[in-house]
Amino acid sequence: MAAFLLRRTLQTLPILLAVALLIFLLFSVIPGTFASSMSDDGRSVIDAQVMERMNKEFGFNDPVHVRFGKYVAQLAQLDLGMSFRTRQPVAKVLAERMWPTFILTLASMIFAIAIGVPLGFIAALRPGSWVDTVSMVGAVSGLSLPKFWLGLMLMYLFALVLGWLPSFGYGDGGLRYLILPSIALGVAPLALLARTTRAAVLEIMNADFVRTARSKGMSERKVVQWHLARNALVIVLTTIGLQFGTVIGQAVVVEKLFAWPGLGSLLVDSVTLRDIPVVQGAILLIVLSFLVINTLVDVLCAIIDPRIKYS
Amino acid sequence: MKFRANLLIGGALFGLVVIAGLFAPLLAHTDPVMGANLMNAELPPDTEFWFGTDAQGRDIYSRVLHGARISLTVGIVSQLINTVIGVCLGLSAGYWGGWWDDFVSGLTNLMLAIPSLIFALAIMAILNPGLTSLLIALGLTNWSFTCRLARASALSLKSQGYVQAAKVLGYSDVRIMLTQLLPNMLGPIIVIGTLGMGGAVLAEASLSFLGLGIRPPYPSWGSMLSDARDQITTAPWISIFPGLAIFVTVLGLNLLGDGLRDILDPQSRTRRA
Repeated sequence: MAAFLLRRTLQTLPILLAVALLIFLLFSVIPGTFASSMSDDGRSVIDAQVMERMNKEFGFNDPVHVRFGKYVAQLAQLDLGMSFRTRQPVAKVLAERMWPTFILTLASMIFAIAIGVPLGFIAALRPGSWVDTVSMVGAVSGLSLPKFWLGLMLMYLFALVLGWLPSFGYGDGGLRYLILPSIALGVAPLALLARTTRAAVLEIMNADFVRTARSKGMSERKVVQWHLARNALVIVLTTIGLQFGTVIGQAVVVEKLFAWPGLGSLLVDSVTLRDIPVVQGAILLIVLSFLVINTLVDVLCAIIDPRIKYS
Repeated sequence: MKFRANLLIGGALFGLVVIAGLFAPLLAHTDPVMGANLMNAELPPDTEFWFGTDAQGRDIYSRVLHGARISLTVGIVSQLINTVIGVCLGLSAGYWGGWWDDFVSGLTNLMLAIPSLIFALAIMAILNPGLTSLLIALGLTNWSFTCRLARASALSLKSQGYVQAAKVLGYSDVRIMLTQLLPNMLGPIIVIGTLGMGGAVLAEASLSFLGLGIRPPYPSWGSMLSDARDQITTAPWISIFPGLAIFVTVLGLNLLGDGLRDILDPQSRTRRA
């Protein structure tokens, strides 16, 4: 088990390094230097002397491979560099924004799992029934809704018309502020989970071991509990893991709409301001958390399903 | 007999959007960009302005129609780029194997580790906002599913008798891939492409909403919604119609994709795309 964890962790390292390289190269192809790209639309609004000083300060006079080497050496010490704009360490800026995004992502996934999985399960147990039809029509609609539009409509209805919930912001970090953004973010994974769960259960329903269990006279409740649920869980868990990545990515839009002070809104603001070290750091952190979650899911799957071996 | 409701409804919705986009100049009442008239600002929907007007007094109905052109262009073109990249890489990796396969598989895993919207955002950060940049950003970031599928199909198909026969006949590798392998994996690829198109329409709207895609005054549904946010208290209709347009387009494509899957790719019901 410990060896499995260690190996899975080591497997993610090259991916992380490759992502770092990719993002690094991406921002190295900008014509001109970093300092000149900071000026709006390439028009040089920065004084030549200032630009030279900045180039020196951030080491942009070095060739690309030297800069990447330095960057990786810094990364190894968990140093993500310094923000162009605020001159604060990027790690500190990111640390401040991590918690709101974590809470938002978690809340929307809990919302999605709590409704989506049971819905898909019920639909699969009665294929063709009205429950099945309604939930699957709902699911394909949920997948097609633009999150920011859904958020805007929720904001209008629950904050402006009914006045039940605050329209935007983080407030004191209380639950009231969390509800609308996490619903806006959670509807798509909810829909996808309902569809995946339904498909997984339907497929397992036709498996040999289910037919055997039924024909030997096992009660329907036990068949569902022991055979269907447990086998479907592995597929559902894997989907949940993958959905985390999508949700963290999509959080960008929802955070921006609800003025939520998380990583996503930081990323968009930094992209607009071309604060490259912050953009790089934020993307790396998002990819890292996605990899961590999927490693955890792999471990969970191995625990639930003894057929998956650790080696 | 099975009633293909998915295909029918999806096709109808998507067809509606295509017609709106194609005939936008004929169907629109005013010019979508220049038709501003502050005397008409923030009028609710009525017989003259079917969807109402926005803060600059532009007819939202006309702007939504023209927005279909941008959404469809981005959706179709970027998804075509993704499909071509995915098929070329996946097909050759599966067929040739070896170091090339290792390289492509590594690249695919890398792409899967970065959420595609974040990746597109990063690319938009170094390009100037606009249609071409959007096509590049969205066309380069969503090919991993197609690639995996093409690779898996090529792997399983290459040992088939007719592929071996083609080899014996002296067909070149490229010819075998294009004439023997590709036609046999086209169904699932079309399904993924259709579903991906819906995703691309959503991504374009998201990026434009964030101010990193199509910039105002051009009528992208996403940038219209970004403007509309400030008027949600006084003029909610500005937000409703562009959002509905996105929803109808993506729903149409998703239903179409589901329907096509039932026909073209019946064995894979659990495959996510």
